[in-house]
Amino acid sequence: MSVNHSLRDRFESGLAAPICLTWEVTYACNLACRHCLSSSGVRDPRELTTDEAKAFLDEVAAMQIFYINIGGGEPTIRRDFFELVEYGLSRGIGIKFSTNGSRITPEVAQRLAGNDYLDVQISLDGADAATNDALRGEGSYDTAIRAMENLRDAGMKGFKISVVVTRHNVGQIDQLLALADSMNAELRLTRLRPSGRGVDVWDELRLSAADNRALYHWLMAHPTVLTGDSFFHLSALGDPLAGINLCGAGRVVCLIDPVGDVYACPFVIHEQFLAGSILDGGFGHVWRDSELFRSLREPGSPGACASCGSYDACRGGCMAAKFFTGLELSDPDPECVFGHGETALAQRVSVGPRPSPDHSKRVTITSR
Amino acid sequence: MPEQPDFAAHWSLHPSVSLRDESFGAMAYHHGNRRLVFLKSPLLVDVVRQLDDFESADVALEALVADEQRAAVRRALETLTSSDIVRVG
Repeated sequence: MSVNHSLRDRFESGLAAPICLTWEVTYACNLACRHCLSSSGVRDPRELTTDEAKAFLDEVAAMQIFYINIGGGEPTIRRDFFELVEYGLSRGIGIKFSTNGSRITPEVAQRLAGNDYLDVQISLDGADAATNDALRGEGSYDTAIRAMENLRDAGMKGFKISVVVTRHNVGQIDQLLALADSMNAELRLTRLRPSGRGVDVWDELRLSAADNRALYHWLMAHPTVLTGDSFFHLSALGDPLAGINLCGAGRVVCLIDPVGDVYACPFVIHEQFLAGSILDGGFGHVWRDSELFRSLREPGSPGACASCGSYDACRGGCMAAKFFTGLELSDPDPECVFGHGETALAQRVSVGPRPSPDHSKRVTITSR
Repeated sequence: MPEQPDFAAHWSLHPSVSLRDESFGAMAYHHGNRRLVFLKSPLLVDVVRQLDDFESADVALEALVADEQRAAVRRALETLTSSDIVRVG
């Protein structure tokens, strides 16, 4: 889907309801991925109750939000997870959920297959166990592959294999595409952001300028590969990538966290981008009336990018990537394809803000 | 070139499609093929919503759309058949 300019201006000023709403249903997780964008690990005791969660789904249906993306944490850890999924589906809401695959047994796969309104996304960050497990933890590759096999064998078609592209797996994307084909699945590649625990590994894992250029051309050559619109900063390299090609935070995208807090996008879980709570007057009220969202819908100023001929292609890039690397929101994207981000990074006076809240598991350091 | 859809047939919004009004027109989402499509004029939205009530797309266009806009709406409808938002027959 490529979008013409007048429509993009409409998106910039916001929609009646989000196109892409992510709902993280729990901060609990059985993995501890090094780049977890929500710093998940331990359940928050204030997590929405089943009734609160269902009331939220009622409102999603009333607002005619077509589909939601459920994530976490590991969403299937919630005891009422399948109850909530079935409730949402019964209200006509399309549901896609992201999982590490640990609960996708053959029986669960059977239950999931064959429902047009339900989609599953298995996270995998490498084409082999060594690459994947270095980021996601030992055994997580085998777990994900088993889940994919279970979905394939249950006859589920077109589920997603979702990969955060890093400098360690960017050379494996052809293998990952072949894996997706062999599983009757679709490949989804997304950008590594310095969000959550990702802030600690971003410098180590992020793509080089050469990697980013190669990735852009690969994506242009493989239009069926999904990207969640996350590489729009690369559109400044030439023809635009498929998608809306602008920062959708608070305009077409938002995040509901496990306690019902609404953030501008899944990659900015930080008090500065907290728009309100669904427990305080409902989600629609936050979406329409929050001061933060209203300000994000004001026409953007090109800021430091004003003199760049490609501003219209990338619109200054990703807000979260700037924020957590300590750049000003009016600065170029830290991975600006023309290198302006590197210049801005070199000139910043302080390190980026720490993500908050942090639900990482406490690490016990044992002395040897 | 894709085959020209049959405007003399009965057309309707696909039952798996949800429509939501927006300031520019409406957004349509097809739960089957998961395509999101933008209907960029309120007139087009109006026509799409009412297609089912007419015996053919041609009759709907004649009843709902002024002469000078008919060619544009016709083209827009055609693109909606290719994404299966609108069903022919």
